[in-house]
Amino acid sequence: MAIKDYIRERFFPHIWCPGCGHGTVMNSLLRALESLGMSRNEIVMVSGIGCSSRISGYVDFHTLHTIHGRALAFATGVKLSRPELNLIVPMGDGDALAIGGNHFIHAARRNIDITAIVMNNRIYGMTGGQFSPLSGYGTMATTAPYSNIDHAFDTVELAIAAGATFVARSTSYHVKQLSKILRDAILHEGFSVVEVLSQCPTYFGRKNRAGSAVDMMEQYKNDTTPIGSKAKKENPDLIERGIFVQKEMPEYCREYDKIIEKAMKGN
Amino acid sequence: MLKQIEGSFAVAEMVAMCRPNVISAYPITPQTHIVEELSVIVGKGQLDAEFVNVESEFSAASVVLGASAAGARAYTATSSQGLLLMSEVVYCIAGMRLPIVMTCANRAISAPLSIWNDQQDSMALRDAGWIQLHAEDNQEASDLHVQAFKIAEKTSLPVMVCMDGFILTHAFEPVDLPEPKEVDAFLPPFKPTNIVDPRWPRGIGLFADPRFYHETRYILHRAMEKSGKTIKAVSAEFAKSFGRESGGFIKTYNLKDADLVIISMGSVVGTIKDLIDEFAEEGKKVGLLQICSYRPFPRKEIYDALKGKMNIVVLEKSISLGRGGILASDVRWSFPRADKKDRNISSFIAGLGGRNITKDDLRYMVEKVKKEPVELEFLGLNKDLIAKKDL
Ligand SMILES: Cc1ncc(C[n+]2csc(CCOP(=O)(O)OP(=O)(O)O)c2C)c(N)n1
Ligand code: SF4
Ligand SMILES: [Mg+2]
Repeated sequence: MAIKDYIRERFFPHIWCPGCGHGTVMNSLLRALESLGMSRNEIVMVSGIGCSSRISGYVDFHTLHTIHGRALAFATGVKLSRPELNLIVPMGDGDALAIGGNHFIHAARRNIDITAIVMNNRIYGMTGGQFSPLSGYGTMATTAPYSNIDHAFDTVELAIAAGATFVARSTSYHVKQLSKILRDAILHEGFSVVEVLSQCPTYFGRKNRAGSAVDMMEQYKNDTTPIGSKAKKENPDLIERGIFVQKEMPEYCREYDKIIEKAMKGN
Repeated sequence: MLKQIEGSFAVAEMVAMCRPNVISAYPITPQTHIVEELSVIVGKGQLDAEFVNVESEFSAASVVLGASAAGARAYTATSSQGLLLMSEVVYCIAGMRLPIVMTCANRAISAPLSIWNDQQDSMALRDAGWIQLHAEDNQEASDLHVQAFKIAEKTSLPVMVCMDGFILTHAFEPVDLPEPKEVDAFLPPFKPTNIVDPRWPRGIGLFADPRFYHETRYILHRAMEKSGKTIKAVSAEFAKSFGRESGGFIKTYNLKDADLVIISMGSVVGTIKDLIDEFAEEGKKVGLLQICSYRPFPRKEIYDALKGKMNIVVLEKSISLGRGGILASDVRWSFPRADKKDRNISSFIAGLGGRNITKDDLRYMVEKVKKEPVELEFLGLNKDLIAKKDL
């Protein structure tokens, strides 16, 4: 299937700012799906609200554009009723871990077969640059004019601790790696979390004097390193990219089926 | 001092002059500018308040509940989905009789997603035990906030000030903002009564079994009804102190000789007044009754103001799906049974999800109801967008 067939061309041009990383994430995702040869009808995309969540308007799958922070809960409902479909949930850092943090940890804990993509620009893009739980200590935001004193979650560690069975990180600069990781995440049976560092030049960039979109992507290139690299040992501040966890564990829908079977056997 | 200012900023400046001790909010369009500006004011040290950033509206409402229960003057603001997410706490705040003030920048509700204005959000929470005041323009939006704190603290009831999203929040208008000392003279420091206090331990919001719960609702309802007096008194006092009319229960325009009365609330009354002027020039007698306090509902005031007025049309930016106009129902119930018989009360739903309400639309409405009463009509409906089977 050609990439173009995955897109709702009538909704273009998209609303993202020039240089926004979210479009690149969409690109990597579409390429991953293309490489899997997946048909549009096998995919359900559920999103909440935010610049990141707008992806669901642009792709021609079954799409549910829902409410801020709750996408994983809606996706859980879809998956349980139609376990044969592939569920993909793109979320913003705020969407996933501020207002929707509770749904995130519980979806991970259940190990339900959903691919959650956290498009982490470290800011609320859509509402104009307020800090998020991933902004981190010392960053600037419209709600932190004298710098932020909240510490950030480490999405990867949080996902692992909550029980996700596939956990990875990449960036909007590492398009090919990202595509491959997304492919693995979608193939993985269980709850997959892919954190993607995705630049918001308009708010995070301006507020934090991070330069242009290109500068920000260059930072992703320079400030990250493959998991377990020598560079990481020498410079612990580098952010690791790659697959952190990939393990087999009973998947929720299958477990649920077993319970139904047990119950029907006649207690 | 008269100032050309964005509606949200006018509200923020007025709220700051009310000296809240705690402000907590979460960003949502079209409310965000209000709290953003407040955070700047706090940041500059011009207001000694705790500004608490949280991770959702649910938390924002909970923070102000806690702050108020500890004796603070507390303020929050939201819109649409944010208000709906708060709803559980909104009911608690009223049940606990905490005098919190909230701004609702009125916006449509999902799905489908819309960030534009209508009044479905505050309408959804009309029964929660909050006083709801509706602003006509940015002057009134700003003025209502200082009144709101006073009303809330006198009645131990929370107050929601509703202002139309974008139409008011993002519009620049000249607004007369008072001096801080004038506000201080009008609004004395908050003397909390119903608070958690280690010197006198007490419980707030305890379990009420069926022997008690029923009565708590009766008391709250009575308090809401009685608050009407305070709303009027505070509005009158405001007029005395600041030299202009703002707030109160209802306002009227060209009502005396009118043979048709339009009832509405919020910013659309500005357009209605313009049209009424045009009609007057054409020799047509159309009047306006504007609702300022939607809760408590000015039933008696409406009845008194509309004695002998047999043709009424209610225009509103919300709907009770499956029932029709909400404000229209409220208005119908303002007339005792015997009286109701002969009155023609038409109901129009308009401007949902930010659809403009033009003078031409309103003119059409007036001409139509002059011919015959209309039970329910969506003004300016584009039938081309609707499948035949759905019409
Ligand atoms: C209940 C509710 N509260 C607030 C909002 C307003 N809102 C929309 S998107 C958003 C945050 C977006 O940030 P993020 O999730 O990081 O996505 P980004 O835009 O940065 O991609 C907020 C607060 C909303 N839509 N619903
Ligand atoms: S505001 Fe930021 S996140 Fe939103 S589209 Fe613009 S660059 Fe992207
Ligand atoms: Mg974000």
